[in-house]
Amino acid sequence: MSPAPLTPTASELRELALTEAEYRRALDLLGRAPNRLELGMLGALWSEHCSYKTSRPLLSRLGSTGPQVVVGPGENAGVVDLGGDLLCCFKIESHNHPSAIEPVQGAATGVGGILRDVFAMGARPVAILDALRFGDLGDASQRHRFAKVVEGVGFYGNCVGVPTVGGETYFDPAYAGNCLVNAMCVGLARRDQLLHAVARGVGNPVLLVGADTGRDGIHGATFASVQLDEQAEGRRPAVQVGNPFLEKCLLEACLELAGHPAVIGLQDCGAAGLTSSCAEMAQRGGVGIALDLDKVARRESGMTPYEVMLSESQERMVLVVERGRESEVRAVFDRWELRSDVIGKVIADPELRLSSAGEEVARLPLEVLVDGFMPRHPPRSRPAEVAARLEADPLALEPRWPLEESWLRLLASPNCGDTAWIYRQYDHQVGDDTVAGPGGDAAVLRLRGRPDGLALTVDGAHRSAVLDPRRGTQLAVAEALRNLACAGAEPLALTNCLNFGDPDQEEVMWQLDEAVAGLAEAARELGVPVVSGNVSLYNDLSGAGIPPTPVVGMVGRVEQVRRSPGAAFSRSGDLVYLLGPEGAELGGSELQRLAQGEVLGPPPALDLGLELRVARAVAAAVGGAIARSAHDSSLGGRAVTLAESCVAGGLGAEVELPSPGPGSPRGWWWGVLFGETSGRYLLSVDPGSEAELVGICRREGAPHRLVGTVGGEAISIRGVVSIPLAAAAAARAGSLEGPMAAALT
Amino acid sequence: MTLKPVVNDPQGLAVTQGLHALGYAEVMESRVGKQVQLRLSAADRGQAEARVDEMCQRLLCNGVIEDYRFRLDEEDG
Amino acid sequence: MGLRCGIAVFPGTWSERDCAHAVELAGGEPVMLWHAERDLKGSDLVILPGGFAHGDYLRAGAIARFAPLMAAVEGHAAAGGPVLGICNGFQILCEAGLLPGALLRNSCLQFRCQSTHLRVETDASPFLSGLGVGRVLEIPISHGEGRYYAPPEQLAQLEAAGRVALRYCGPGGELGDAHNPNGSLHHIAGVLNAAGNVLGMMPHPERACEPLLGSADGLPLFQAALRQLARA
Repeated sequence: MSPAPLTPTASELRELALTEAEYRRALDLLGRAPNRLELGMLGALWSEHCSYKTSRPLLSRLGSTGPQVVVGPGENAGVVDLGGDLLCCFKIESHNHPSAIEPVQGAATGVGGILRDVFAMGARPVAILDALRFGDLGDASQRHRFAKVVEGVGFYGNCVGVPTVGGETYFDPAYAGNCLVNAMCVGLARRDQLLHAVARGVGNPVLLVGADTGRDGIHGATFASVQLDEQAEGRRPAVQVGNPFLEKCLLEACLELAGHPAVIGLQDCGAAGLTSSCAEMAQRGGVGIALDLDKVARRESGMTPYEVMLSESQERMVLVVERGRESEVRAVFDRWELRSDVIGKVIADPELRLSSAGEEVARLPLEVLVDGFMPRHPPRSRPAEVAARLEADPLALEPRWPLEESWLRLLASPNCGDTAWIYRQYDHQVGDDTVAGPGGDAAVLRLRGRPDGLALTVDGAHRSAVLDPRRGTQLAVAEALRNLACAGAEPLALTNCLNFGDPDQEEVMWQLDEAVAGLAEAARELGVPVVSGNVSLYNDLSGAGIPPTPVVGMVGRVEQVRRSPGAAFSRSGDLVYLLGPEGAELGGSELQRLAQGEVLGPPPALDLGLELRVARAVAAAVGGAIARSAHDSSLGGRAVTLAESCVAGGLGAEVELPSPGPGSPRGWWWGVLFGETSGRYLLSVDPGSEAELVGICRREGAPHRLVGTVGGEAISIRGVVSIPLAAAAAARAGSLEGPMAAALT
Repeated sequence: MTLKPVVNDPQGLAVTQGLHALGYAEVMESRVGKQVQLRLSAADRGQAEARVDEMCQRLLCNGVIEDYRFRLDEEDG
Repeated sequence: MGLRCGIAVFPGTWSERDCAHAVELAGGEPVMLWHAERDLKGSDLVILPGGFAHGDYLRAGAIARFAPLMAAVEGHAAAGGPVLGICNGFQILCEAGLLPGALLRNSCLQFRCQSTHLRVETDASPFLSGLGVGRVLEIPISHGEGRYYAPPEQLAQLEAAGRVALRYCGPGGELGDAHNPNGSLHHIAGVLNAAGNVLGMMPHPERACEPLLGSADGLPLFQAALRQLARA
């Protein structure tokens, strides 16, 4: 074998993100010393990013089965059955580190990657959603990063022609050092078009298609698995530049081939490039792959086999094709003016065998390369400071601002306000299926030729996960469920992106452990299988980790798609109903964070059984067109929810909420208006439909109460506080427009 | 390739504003353009000039909105 | 069998399926036309849809105009056949010289996807006949380079000849910078060639053909052209 094996130094191992113990394990498993290329491949596939060596032991707790599940976790994306001939394929993924280094390209290539995951399954991408986190918008560098990430998401999605139909964005100084960029893609496939990332049939050719291979993102996978440090600026070569035009052509060509009898398997070339795509395809098929690296088309001259195998050049796919039918497949790529090359073939021995200039340059058994990594069980412990935070009682504190000012401050906060500044930069309509686009609770897409449609949402736990990662994650799942219910949808399945700090810190490992447990519980209790997901660790610039940030993407089915006002009150005189639990609390709420500058108190209350009952009632009321509007209550509590429904409809409202009993704490009213107890909704209903609504709520066991009527020029809590409709509208409208008008473009 | 002087250049305006914000008050105007680098072979300089000029007119520039100028450098060999 | 509406597909085009759907709703028969072919496949009407043909990396439409298909489109237009360029299609028509002017980067320097109101300025086009001059249509835009520009003299000629087809306006038809999403000169959203058979417009009428999607104001453009073809 050439080149010769080597004895790596400690710093060389670090560069490859391998520990001494992992190197010794490689020696043991191989029975020889790997050469530099082999070591690089092992470092990439054994990295956290590819192997999930830290999170995998936890993720087995997630339930991923159900009659609707066609493909669960472990492939490029999860797949659920929509009935008839149609399947829905979706996944969420992070691109946090690249976006921290270069926000436009980092965000853009994040979108590019998740699109490829979906069309690799033979599904046409029909929607993108994003979940973003930045520091405070008062900081010019954060405004810049935010603007550039939005530009990047739009640049890629708009050019490829897939609508970005929803998302959520949250600003908190805790993300100043580590922005989060999560992108979700949803696609549709006919049942007979579903593709798998698998290699089969000894002698079948392996094709590399799409972009030429350059020195992009060498060690990107390991890069994503180590902490960013202040020198990250100097690692710019690890940044990849996206070519959405090429991706669009690749997408069309691959979809033309979906269902083609000559195509055996298709896989995106993502993290760790050819190494991981070929190793995983072969591993799934129980075969091996031999590659002739000289056949790989290169963008730059003088590339070594090492660089070819670890390049993360974007917009490339690997295909396995039935022998003798290469020309049929290549003709499709030719037509789209895309390069396609036979670079190797399927072999019987389960190994990855590489040659260059007629010599074998690497030979690694797949059981070593793919499964040989060392699962990690870092110690975990609940940090002491969490207990102190939980003990705080925000309701007992002297309120920082009067009720009216609290209300208007929340409405003007970029976290609660109007998000048009973001989504008007995203094409959210291309495809002609967007019935409800961004800015509402859930996006709704129709399904052509059918009465039903899809409801899509992405939701994260913002503050509560800091206090209690288990509850916080459950709250994110619950919020996703509520958003679907407001669209009249029943959930089908969910995908998740777990964004955490450095798992070698005991409290971070504890957070991750708790979050996965919470996700598993919530998914089970609410009956929503987890079909795909992504874990992003080491979001930890110079030791300042992010708050634990579980993000949940959920897909639901709307039985009868129709145009509806969504959250907006639409007629004066309609009755306003509050569904869900009562009570006053402030712990972990947006108002509490704004007032105290840190997250304190017990996190918002959550009863998963109740959550499910109320969601069913709301979905039935909306689906049956009994409710005229429906809006879930989350960020900012019921007062913000009420104001949002008023502003969206251009109508005021007067509602009455229960008065405090004797001995109520000082902050009672703040807790009633701005507390974020889970499971709450605000519905409006024609007085003539009231009895039907009440009937549904009784049938489902959902707490419900008539609280007021729509109309007037004020948004008023009777006898307590009132704000002019125009003031609420102005506050909301300026929440992003104001700070961003000052941003340099 | 730059936008013709009569064509509004909002990118250029943004650059001017940005430089002003950083204290470079002396900047009076900026225009943002595009640069294309071509490697080509030609019998002589005159032929190269004629061909590049044609490329600019036919594809690289839009005469309605853009002006262009080019420079030829000779490579060894 | 309805009238044939050819829909051009360049690498990077993305609204061809949306246009086909709109054509079907209007009663026509869509047929896809591949950019590398010179064949209009018997199309009575040709649509150049939206997208990013060839990535629009050099200039929107700059490369697409040289496609073999465009020679056939030029012939069709010269013979008086109706041609509709939408968004990227409008940019291609301008680059090809079938329509005057050019489309520059939005003055806000950002991509814009939003609903706009358009005032119909003339009915001297198959796509606008019978719509009613002064009528206000609600049709969305989705572009980063839609700022219409023509040199002053050309602009004056266009105005004098009544070749401005559509202008961005408020809900009541009023003109003003607040209603102009991209900084287009004279609030121009669409223009005609001298004969009126070629219409280029930045907004996407194919996205506004059903109340379910928020507006059906785009459908009359397709219907008007098909109606006129059927009469001919």
